Amino acid sequence: MVRGFGWAAAFPDEVWEHVFSFLAADADRNAVALVCRAWHRIERRSRRRVFVGNCYAVAPAAAVRRFPEVRAAAIKGKPHFADFNLVPTDWGGGAEAWVEAMAEGWPHLEELRLKRMVVSDDCLELIARSFKNFGVLSLVSCDGFSTAGLAAIAANCRNLRELDLHENEVEDNCLNWISHFPESFTSLVSLNIACLEGDVNTSVLECLISRCPNLKTLRLNHAMPLEKLVSLLQRAPQLVDVGTSKFSADHHPELFSKLESTFAGFKHLKSLSGIWEAGPTYLPAIYSVCESLTSLNLCYATIQSPELLKFVSRCKNLQRLWVMDLIEDNGLIAVAASCKLLQELRVFPSDPYGVAPPISLTEHGLVAISAGCLMLHSVLYFCRQMTNAALLTIANNRPNLTCFRLCIIEPHTPDYISQEPLDAGFSAIVESCKDLRRLSLSGLLTDRVFKSIGASANRLEMLSVAFAGDSDAGLHYILSGCKNLRKLEIRDCPFGDKALLDNASKLETMRSLWMSSCSVTLGACRQLALKMPRLNVEVIDERRGRPLESWPDDFPVEKLYIYRTVAGPRSDTPPCVWTV
Amino acid sequence: MPPPLEHDYIGLSELHSPAAAVGGGGAEDGALNLKDTELRLGLPGSDSSDRKDKVALTLGLLPKIFVSGAKRGFSDTIDGAGKWGLAAGGGGSEVEAGKGGALFSPRGERGGGGHGNAGNDAVGKAAGHERKDTGQVGDSAGNDRGVAPAAKAQVVGWPPIRSYRKNTMATNPTKNKEDANGKQGLGCLYVKVSMDGAPYLRKVDLKTYSNYKEFSLALEKMFSGFTIGQCGSHGIPGRDGLSESRLMDFLSGSEYVLTYEDRDGDWMLVGDVPWEMFTDSCRRLRIMKGSDAIGLAPRAMEKCKNRN
Repeated sequence: MVRGFGWAAAFPDEVWEHVFSFLAADADRNAVALVCRAWHRIERRSRRRVFVGNCYAVAPAAAVRRFPEVRAAAIKGKPHFADFNLVPTDWGGGAEAWVEAMAEGWPHLEELRLKRMVVSDDCLELIARSFKNFGVLSLVSCDGFSTAGLAAIAANCRNLRELDLHENEVEDNCLNWISHFPESFTSLVSLNIACLEGDVNTSVLECLISRCPNLKTLRLNHAMPLEKLVSLLQRAPQLVDVGTSKFSADHHPELFSKLESTFAGFKHLKSLSGIWEAGPTYLPAIYSVCESLTSLNLCYATIQSPELLKFVSRCKNLQRLWVMDLIEDNGLIAVAASCKLLQELRVFPSDPYGVAPPISLTEHGLVAISAGCLMLHSVLYFCRQMTNAALLTIANNRPNLTCFRLCIIEPHTPDYISQEPLDAGFSAIVESCKDLRRLSLSGLLTDRVFKSIGASANRLEMLSVAFAGDSDAGLHYILSGCKNLRKLEIRDCPFGDKALLDNASKLETMRSLWMSSCSVTLGACRQLALKMPRLNVEVIDERRGRPLESWPDDFPVEKLYIYRTVAGPRSDTPPCVWTV
Repeated sequence: MPPPLEHDYIGLSELHSPAAAVGGGGAEDGALNLKDTELRLGLPGSDSSDRKDKVALTLGLLPKIFVSGAKRGFSDTIDGAGKWGLAAGGGGSEVEAGKGGALFSPRGERGGGGHGNAGNDAVGKAAGHERKDTGQVGDSAGNDRGVAPAAKAQVVGWPPIRSYRKNTMATNPTKNKEDANGKQGLGCLYVKVSMDGAPYLRKVDLKTYSNYKEFSLALEKMFSGFTIGQCGSHGIPGRDGLSESRLMDFLSGSEYVLTYEDRDGDWMLVGDVPWEMFTDSCRRLRIMKGSDAIGLAPRAMEKCKNRN
């Protein structure tokens, strides 16, 4: 064996690049980059995909400089709780800094995915003009742009393959933006405009679809009437993923049979979504696709249980099901019996603020699913009651769970039979499901559950906690355990300074920590910021006008967002945010 | 491990005094939402308007504002802060915490029960029973028990539903969903039935009847107690000997008209549309005095006249 590693230096860089190209995971590439300067150089020049989980963790220019040959970038902005209006709208997460840096340093960028960022029309125009080979634009939960910006993308991105707009707030000021796709444009593979409010010109869309033979995904928005939808879909029988518009209309036998034949023509359909406002009238028309579906998203479909049951139980090959609680326990029991390949289930509440629950969806539905669907690994479940026994059963049935998010709608709800906290149930989940990566807690919980989580949840990466715990011990258990924790978000829990300060170094191993309506004081934040210079400790307070410096140490912090960063404090903080 | 260990971690002695579970009783009412305020009160001087309102409204009902959340976190700062205007009366925070302890840390105690601690005191069980009495959480905590409206004030960002989803569902409401009166999809359809002059209303399940005849018989049974007098005065025989359209006879003879409110909010005469259509659109019923029903049931009035 040759001494040392000298022989490796004889290999040209391209060889190592080729070797590294087999490393898909960023973590592996990061490890490789630490081996020696040569590998660091080679790796950085060959990295093609970059994922920035927190847009403020690194300066855009620095990222672009380090990896000059990136073709695909994904960037996330606001904290997750921004989805629930807990983050001020002007908090930040603007995309300009990134887009400008990328326009400068990555002219060959092909794919850009932004989540929870503020994207302006100017940004979109810059994207449209800067990247010659731009192919994929995905905007998820973003805001700040309008259809005028989309028009710029349509007009300039000659090789656009994917335009994915998922749950964005988009201002509709350019009604005909679709017509900005030039006649010569034929490269579209995926179009998702489900979140757009306004009417889309159907005939223009029809032309577009007709000239794009590779179109596989088409998700339309709510506004399109059923007849127009049908004529549109008829032009693309090759679709694999369809998101329909409104699925209700007065009953017309002709429309029904057109719908039926259109859907019967879909030989490759795997994914179905949309189906807003579905009535029992037209749903049977699409029974023909049920057998082939692997993904069904009915989370906006207000279909009642009987029809829902009939539809879903035909979908024998379903792997992912998103549905409203209108499916009820009976429906879920039917799903458990029919959909043996189910991997992911999400059940959303149809009436989350309602007073009395008219929906008969309880813990029994979830237990049935956990028993019948052996491949189930991801759950999001909104319900109003739960028992420890049910959670224990679920834990025993499905040790393969990787994502378990349970939301019992009323805070502090105990086990409704025993009246005890749900500590035992959730403890069973973390103890049984060794690969659990994401967990959301709800219901009545004491510090005991956090002890279990800290001790057992070794693979846990994201934890969401609300209205739980008795004391700082709870937070301490989490921060001193949970080896792989990346994101922790907490609201309305009695967690305070001591646990935070005692575990300060843990925070640098995590992406971010959010705490709101807890018991943290400004003094602790100051201490933390002093102790940990590579953390940004952001205090968010929308109540006061006075600057942070003048507040005393015992001042209670309303909202706290702590994240690790190599970029130092950011320069775009709004008035309600202070970096301590 | 017994709960006290967790509390000992901080070095604070927790008040586990099994204080008045009675306190728990009154507090249980809105407790589910009061808990929000309790936790937030842990922040001295926290005076975001939402919380303030909640607290202000519930102060009257539950003067023993629970402060142990604050206690745990930073008992020193409380004394220094001087921002405890919110803590009811300020003084006796120990006592209050104790009582509040029954409210808040019954969790701990019940948690103790969860541990199977033999020493679990009666309080835990009592509190537990009270919880049971309050029924399932889904029942609007507090609304049935006359708690101040603040108890139902919504918590910001809870339940955790994306604002996009909230907005979408708001603009496209679940049209198939019946309003609070109808429990659609569960195989029953309860609607209120009121009768002019009766001291209280009744509820009937429209799904248990398949035609107007059965329905009218049932209504008659329900409300005959209120109309015996009138029946008698019109010479209509008593309840035995049920016959077809008895309700119509009974009503037309006794100056009453059966009406219903449909989905659009209009008051309609019962009997015009097929039974299925009626059950679909009926939201509530009202047995109207004939004198109010002028123009609504001309036939009824005529029948009445004809009889007499």
